[in-house]
Amino acid sequence: MENLTQAIQGVPLNHYILLSIIVFAIGVVGVLIRRNAIVIFMSVELMLNAVNLLLIAFSVHHNDPSGQVFVFFIMALAAAEVAIGLAIIVMIYRNINSTDVNILNKLKW
Amino acid sequence: MINLVWIVPLFPLLGFLINGLGRNSLPKTIVSFVGCLAVFASFAVSMGIFIELISEETKSFTIPVFDWISAGNISIPFSFLVDPLSSLMLLIITGIGFLIHVYSTGYMHHDAGFAKFFSYLNLFIFFMLLLVLGSNYVVMFIGWEGVGLCSYLLIGFWFSNSSYASAAKKAFVMNRIGDLGFLIAVFLIFNTFNSVEFSSVFPQASNMISGDSALILITALLFVGAIGKSAQIPLFTWLPDAMAGPTPVSALIHAATMVTAGIYMIARSNILFTLAPETLGIVAIIGLATLFLAAAIALTQTDIKKVLAYSTVSQLGYMFLGLGVGAYNGAFFHVITHAFFKALLFLGAGSVIHAMSDEQDMRNMGGLKKRLPVTYLTMMIGTIAIAGLPPFSGFFSKDEILAHVYENNKIFWLVALIGAMFTAFYMFRMMFLTFNGKFRGTTEQERHLHESPGSMTIPLIVLAILSALGGFIGIPAVFGGSHWLAGFLAPVFEASASKTSHLALDHTTEYIIMAVSVGLAILAMLYAYNRYVKQAHIPADENTGRTGLARLSYNKFFIDEIYDSLIVRPLNVLSGLFFRVIDKAGIDGIVNGFGKGALEASKTLRLLQSGMVGFYIFMMVAGILALLVYSMYKI
Repeated sequence: MENLTQAIQGVPLNHYILLSIIVFAIGVVGVLIRRNAIVIFMSVELMLNAVNLLLIAFSVHHNDPSGQVFVFFIMALAAAEVAIGLAIIVMIYRNINSTDVNILNKLKW
Repeated sequence: MINLVWIVPLFPLLGFLINGLGRNSLPKTIVSFVGCLAVFASFAVSMGIFIELISEETKSFTIPVFDWISAGNISIPFSFLVDPLSSLMLLIITGIGFLIHVYSTGYMHHDAGFAKFFSYLNLFIFFMLLLVLGSNYVVMFIGWEGVGLCSYLLIGFWFSNSSYASAAKKAFVMNRIGDLGFLIAVFLIFNTFNSVEFSSVFPQASNMISGDSALILITALLFVGAIGKSAQIPLFTWLPDAMAGPTPVSALIHAATMVTAGIYMIARSNILFTLAPETLGIVAIIGLATLFLAAAIALTQTDIKKVLAYSTVSQLGYMFLGLGVGAYNGAFFHVITHAFFKALLFLGAGSVIHAMSDEQDMRNMGGLKKRLPVTYLTMMIGTIAIAGLPPFSGFFSKDEILAHVYENNKIFWLVALIGAMFTAFYMFRMMFLTFNGKFRGTTEQERHLHESPGSMTIPLIVLAILSALGGFIGIPAVFGGSHWLAGFLAPVFEASASKTSHLALDHTTEYIIMAVSVGLAILAMLYAYNRYVKQAHIPADENTGRTGLARLSYNKFFIDEIYDSLIVRPLNVLSGLFFRVIDKAGIDGIVNGFGKGALEASKTLRLLQSGMVGFYIFMMVAGILALLVYSMYKI
């Protein structure tokens, strides 16, 4: 465990931040430009995990475990959210035989 | 007893509440008992106050009831003032009020709104008592407005008839014009004297110089109020129309009490008026013009109540003329005697109308002398009293005014004298047309003819006695009397008396003045007798052509028509214009414009809600980025 902490601390903080930004940006772009609901969903997960990564990096660098506690909570909640989200997508697919979100535009004006 | 004066207005208020709340459930006997008892109790207390006041040394008592308005340097208590003037008014209001309540139990017996009528009458008595008892202008103003309201309610008592309802509205609007003047006068009084209490305003005013511009303005505005309430030119046209109300109402409100409120108010504020001789001049001229014009109209009217209505306006004109020449005492004397004989005449007319199955046109009456003997005799006494024949009450009060007018201005006296002659003529004309000659109505009406029940004739008899003997409270020195009334009222007019010259006519002149007016009245009576009894002349029909002066008089000098074309119609056109331009185009335009703008804007903006999830997310990200940039650079 000591080694792992040191290994993480060995990498400069900037790199973690940069990686988080890249992953987060990929997630945002994925949500914006993709139309498949499942891919959008995956992109959302990417954003979530980019934030998790950042939390852990800061937590280790500051020797403060509360950031990791946060991450555990987020992971547990994300699991529940994924279950519900996938269930919704399955229902959408059963109804319209597609997961294209642009077809779901009835709710307007 | 004087300290219990707050009980006096309390009784009618209770009567109003009981009859008003129980109007659908109480039987008629209880309603009339409560209504009459409330006023009689007030009368008994007033009598006690009056007797106590006579024996007291000081003649003016202020009885505080509660602190009403007190803010900053304004302090207006709700308090009552008992002095000779208000105690006499109390007796008139409650005494005549009681008689008219008793009369109404007979007159209104068949009316569906019996309880409503009595509750309104009680409410009127309550407000009238507030008006005369108030010890400052604000309490007086409450009563002033309240009696206006009751007058409106009672004129429009049979509101299902639309012409009656509009008569009520006319009275209300005309009164409102006057009330505005009164209200502004109260503000000015507060501004000038920093108080509205009589006991504070009058001593301050008596130290001011005569002809002070503030005083002239205040008195002129107060007089505007009096013009409206007491039906003088130019606001008198509501009073003849007010005869749409039940006859007891005409007797109580539009003859005996409410219309004299203007005279009471001026008599109360006599010191203000004495120090504003310019206003007094206007008061005299308006009074003179009114008494003459109204008397001239009354000469040819054929509706029995219209004759009496114009006669009331004319007599009120006498009172204002008296006030205008500084004869406060004479004017108030005339208020008292007029209350007696005019209430009597109206109630008598009511009795005639009752007997004639609601017929009011004198052309369809005649010969009622035998069928209505009590009504005839009592009304005859009233007629002699109003015509000013000695020794009945009207003679003393009218001659006191005439003597003062003679001393002041000979031309005024001459016009007033002609007015007095007209008075005698139209009153006897009314009597002869109604009671002499042959019956001219339908046979149906003739079968119904009957003398009124005791509840109606007893008030008539009491009032007839008062009309006959009422003048003896003010026998002038010229007949060796001491003029009890003048002595009793002296404390009220004390401040003014020291600033005006006394009546300084020698006895011979006074005798001549009296002889002339009595002689003219007798001449007018004989002429009326000759024309309407000997020659049995009947006024022509509605449609028959009248020429010259008769036409003018019969059509009331076309004053209603003149007002209609000068004021009502231009106002209608103007309000139509305002309605279309300011209201429809301006105000509605702005409000509707806002509505339309919001509608148009949202029509475009709602297209943003396209239903495309991708677009929503894009907007969200763009928003978050914008917030980010904002928080970084704090733009």
